[in-house]
Amino acid sequence: MEEIKIDKKINIKGLICPYTFVKSKLAVEDMEVGETLEILLDYEEASRSIPKSMEDHGHKVLKVEKINDTDWILLIRKEKE
Amino acid sequence: MEFTDDQLQRYSRHIILPEVGGKGQKKILNAKVFIVGAGGLGCPVGYYLAAAGVGTIGMIDNDTVELSNLQRQIAHNTKRLGVHKVDSAKETFESLNPDVKVVGIKDRISKDNILDLIKDYDIVVDGSDNFPTRYLVNDACVMLKKPLVSGAILRFEGQVTTILPGEGHCYRCLFEEMPPAGLVPSCQEAGVLGAITGVVGALQATEVLKIILGKGDVLKNTLLIYDALKVNFRRVKVPKNNDCAVCGSNPSITELQDYDAGYCRI
Repeated sequence: MEEIKIDKKINIKGLICPYTFVKSKLAVEDMEVGETLEILLDYEEASRSIPKSMEDHGHKVLKVEKINDTDWILLIRKEKE
Repeated sequence: MEFTDDQLQRYSRHIILPEVGGKGQKKILNAKVFIVGAGGLGCPVGYYLAAAGVGTIGMIDNDTVELSNLQRQIAHNTKRLGVHKVDSAKETFESLNPDVKVVGIKDRISKDNILDLIKDYDIVVDGSDNFPTRYLVNDACVMLKKPLVSGAILRFEGQVTTILPGEGHCYRCLFEEMPPAGLVPSCQEAGVLGAITGVVGALQATEVLKIILGKGDVLKNTLLIYDALKVNFRRVKVPKNNDCAVCGSNPSITELQDYDAGYCRI
């Protein structure tokens, strides 16, 4: 499988909704279309709500992965301005 | 400009809206809006624009707070009786949101000061209570090509319309001339249900924010009429009048004038 190139990473551990999405959305806004954002988070609800909201905003969710007992990694590709 | 942590919290419900986002919120923070009147409409308009983070709010009003204002003018309060309305509003809005700067002008708006007052603002809101001011503000906004969100209230009824000079109608396309003073209800006859100023003011503030964001439709070529007793909103089409005295192709009004103030101020 082809390695996904990550253009930007944010760590939003410790944040809860809606700031998890606020921070993620602002990060996406600052990126170019086609670039990929990696989000590291530890708020379980956000592991479901961020992908859904990103899709609602028209972006592509490439990966949602629980990496240990507390943390998730999401990969989001910006699809539009 | 980067948002502070406080700003991220304060504006989070805006930022998560697809139509706003961080970019839209920054537009709001950089916007300059001028409000004519710090009364029934100016209070809710200014209140919501301040909450939204509009960076600069200009306000003109020459009156002081009276007890009879407080049934509807929610930026003022009982402790501020006798205080200039623009000072009272500044205190209220700036304590609601420290990102907002309120520039208060204690004066009556006139043909001599209006162009200078509004020239540095992006959008004008008319919350005045009399026809001479309404026409003056319209004519000035047409001449300077400033977007104008006009509102009016009486009894149980309110009206809102958005004037984008050059694109749509203006107030004179809607009502060519001022009604004769005798046709306008006198102070004793007129009354207003306080809460409808909130409905109309919130509609005006929403129009302003949509103009700032460049999102959605505004009340261009449209008059929205709210009837509180019947709980009815009615949209009336208002075509741009090519023969309009101020915004038509051959305008007869090319200079501002102060109209006879033989009107009772409500």
